[in-house]
Amino acid sequence: MVGRGAMTNSIEELAGSRLLLVTGSNTTETHPVISLRMKKAVKNGAKLIVVDPRKIELTKWADRYIQIRIGTDIPFYNAVSNYIIQNELYAKEYVESRTRGFEELKNHLKMYTPEYSAKICGIDPEDIIYTAKEYAKASPKSAICYTVGITEHSCGSYNVQSLANLGMLCGNFGMPNAGVNPLRGQNNVQGVSDSGSLPTDLPGYQKLEAPGIIEKFEKIWDAKIPKKRGMTKITAMDKMISGDVKFLYVMGENTIISDPNANHAEHALKALDFFVVQDIFMTETAKMADLVLPASSFAEANGTFANTERRVQRVRPAIETPGNAKTDLNIILGLYESMGKKHKLTEPSDIWDEMSSTSPLFSGISYKRLEKEGGIQWPCPDENHPGTEYLHKDQMESGEAGIFSPVDHIEPAEQTDSEFPFVLSTGRRRSTYHTGTQTGKAKGFDEIISEELVEINPFDAHRLSIVDLDLLKVESRRGAVFAKAKLTDKSPPGAIFMSFAFPDTTRTNDLTSDAVDFITETPEYKACAVKISVAKI
Amino acid sequence: MIETKFINLKVNDQLITVQNGDRLLSAIKKSKKSVPTLCYDERVGPQGTCRMCLIEIKRNDKLEYVASCTYLAEEGLEIYTHSETLIEYRKTMLELSLSEINWDEDSMKKTELTNNEFSEAVKEYEPTDYFPKLKKREVAEDLNPFIARDYDKCIACYRCTNICNDWEQASAITIDGRGQDSKIFSFFENKLMNSDCTFCGQCINTCPTGALSNKKIEIKPEIKKTKTKSICPYCGVGCGIELISDGKKILGSTPDFEAPSLGSLCVKGQFASWDFVNSKERLTDPLLKNKEGKFEKISWEKAYKVFSEKLNKSIKDKGPDSTVWWASARIVTEANYLLQKFARTVVGTNNIDNCSRT
Repeated sequence: MVGRGAMTNSIEELAGSRLLLVTGSNTTETHPVISLRMKKAVKNGAKLIVVDPRKIELTKWADRYIQIRIGTDIPFYNAVSNYIIQNELYAKEYVESRTRGFEELKNHLKMYTPEYSAKICGIDPEDIIYTAKEYAKASPKSAICYTVGITEHSCGSYNVQSLANLGMLCGNFGMPNAGVNPLRGQNNVQGVSDSGSLPTDLPGYQKLEAPGIIEKFEKIWDAKIPKKRGMTKITAMDKMISGDVKFLYVMGENTIISDPNANHAEHALKALDFFVVQDIFMTETAKMADLVLPASSFAEANGTFANTERRVQRVRPAIETPGNAKTDLNIILGLYESMGKKHKLTEPSDIWDEMSSTSPLFSGISYKRLEKEGGIQWPCPDENHPGTEYLHKDQMESGEAGIFSPVDHIEPAEQTDSEFPFVLSTGRRRSTYHTGTQTGKAKGFDEIISEELVEINPFDAHRLSIVDLDLLKVESRRGAVFAKAKLTDKSPPGAIFMSFAFPDTTRTNDLTSDAVDFITETPEYKACAVKISVAKI
Repeated sequence: MIETKFINLKVNDQLITVQNGDRLLSAIKKSKKSVPTLCYDERVGPQGTCRMCLIEIKRNDKLEYVASCTYLAEEGLEIYTHSETLIEYRKTMLELSLSEINWDEDSMKKTELTNNEFSEAVKEYEPTDYFPKLKKREVAEDLNPFIARDYDKCIACYRCTNICNDWEQASAITIDGRGQDSKIFSFFENKLMNSDCTFCGQCINTCPTGALSNKKIEIKPEIKKTKTKSICPYCGVGCGIELISDGKKILGSTPDFEAPSLGSLCVKGQFASWDFVNSKERLTDPLLKNKEGKFEKISWEKAYKVFSEKLNKSIKDKGPDSTVWWASARIVTEANYLLQKFARTVVGTNNIDNCSRT
């Protein structure tokens, strides 16, 4: 592993890449503005290879579209890396000077021949050879972009490692227009992790266990910090059911609709003694709370968001919060006061300064600079530093050699069988967002799509005598939902796709499985087994 | 070949430095006084068709006229942008444009908060109704919910089709017909909903006259309004947007062309970034569930009292680790920072996580 969950490179750099390998990312729909840079790269002569089980819109721009079977990313990328090693197409000098574990990787990958992996992936071996040759040829200006199609698997972090191995092999870390780039899904998903809202990390990804870190923060905060790691969201849900967790505070998240196996999540929240939700709407999750605190939307907030390319940008209030609602910041300041521990700093800029002083990643970023220069990309260690367009320049950010991590293929946790023969993947569409609390209220959007649709391959539909807009019952081992059919060859045979943006009528996450990545605990939203039938009315 | 990285030239006697490969227009934009550019959008490059950016180059005491958007900058060049001839020329060009469209005070006000390049040019050069009005362009009904087309204001600059084809590469619209019969057209029935249009709204934002506009934004000219730079509330790309507000409500949004996103937005950022903010369903008071399971409005004072009592009880009964805190990827970093600090220092637990996993 080489780093943190952020793009190694910048969005604009993609336009200058010589090859783009886009995998597990429906970029034109989920990150439309990033896809513009990809299209520009293609126009500039770059090769585009799309590896995805779904025949997404971006394939229209691709030189090669490779339709792998769901959950077979590791055998594909292992075989690509193996071919590159066997044919000595890798960056020898780079591997020698900047990485460790090459020999182990080489031996480990030997079994992943194009023929062996192609059989698992359900593709032609030539697709693997093509990818290997083109990726190596365009290096070190080959950029990999991925999204949750890679991470939302029980082997998600292994999937990422197989991509990182490939990136390091060809020297694509620490180079412009290259890298291994996760495109992240929510406006401040980077910032919330930057802020230390993680059970294992203090602000700036400083590990609780690292020597001297707790002491450093105790001094800055003038308070004691517990040494024991906290619980992840997924573990906390289980601990609610077992009775170990009694009190929950949720800020701005519609957990019940967005979490997998919604019935399990509901059951967990019901077991709490006291449940507080801070939100702008009475969401399905807020309805279950004991206390609901009215908060601010982005248009009333004063602070910063950090985007997927690590760029810290200012968010400015255009209006005031409605009625007696308060800004999120002020609500939390009130929590301190209610516990008799009034927080000294109350202005967003002062709070940012306190946070940035704790970590060299942000210490050069101030509101004053953001006003003057616009967004700044971390790491930005001092006030004269311009910010960092791409990571790992000259050396890995860790200061050590990049370590190759050999990984093996693991099938999705829940397999199809004769009773549940289809694989369901969930995700977003361009005009709906997440659980629909925002796009669902936007006028005109129901004219584009007004209800959940089950995207099914015409071949399967024909076999089951399903026609467009038939009402379907989709059932998994955990629940059943209803939604209309949409025949499309975007879905490969044997697989269906649904979003979770219409929870009033179709609670898609009643279907999804409990399986999570065994390292990050990210749920396996991309694969669970379901059966489909035309609903009887 | 030795490449000069920078080029020095004079714009109206002012010394300006640009990069090698830049067009004269870049130099003019850096100078004190700019020129109108009705067919030009930086993102798709020069078209050289509207001829409004024509300028004078003084060479060996002779004058040459070139379109500054297409002409490459040269070392030592002396250019003039506002000679009497040029001012008269631009006025005439605008009079020709005015003869083919319907333009009045209201049209000026309508583009106040969006792309106002045409109305700025009209203000500067004060064209008259010198030429007879040409036949009106045909109006086509299109019932899409987002983009309004008013062919009566179209000067056929082709910026909308260029941005759609070259920048977005959606190729949803094209120009059909010639002269006064030309109009923006989409396959197959001239209905955007049935075309490849993704409603990214870029055509609206590049249109210099308001012939294309946002159907969802209707602002009465007399209302006092402000623009606030912010960030789109959807995915992790973080495109810059500007919120238009009357102080109480958000009236709409336009892209921030100064942000790294260069004015790009998708259908969500363009058309869905304010309805939810103004929604009547917004929560306005703290709510506490009563014994019957119904929510009752309470004061903040009471809310905090209940909060601290319940939290203290949980800590006392089962320890700080019996409490769990979830921060949000939808909320500013500063608030998240404060919440994790609260959990760690006031409550005494590391049970803090966020929704980035789900």
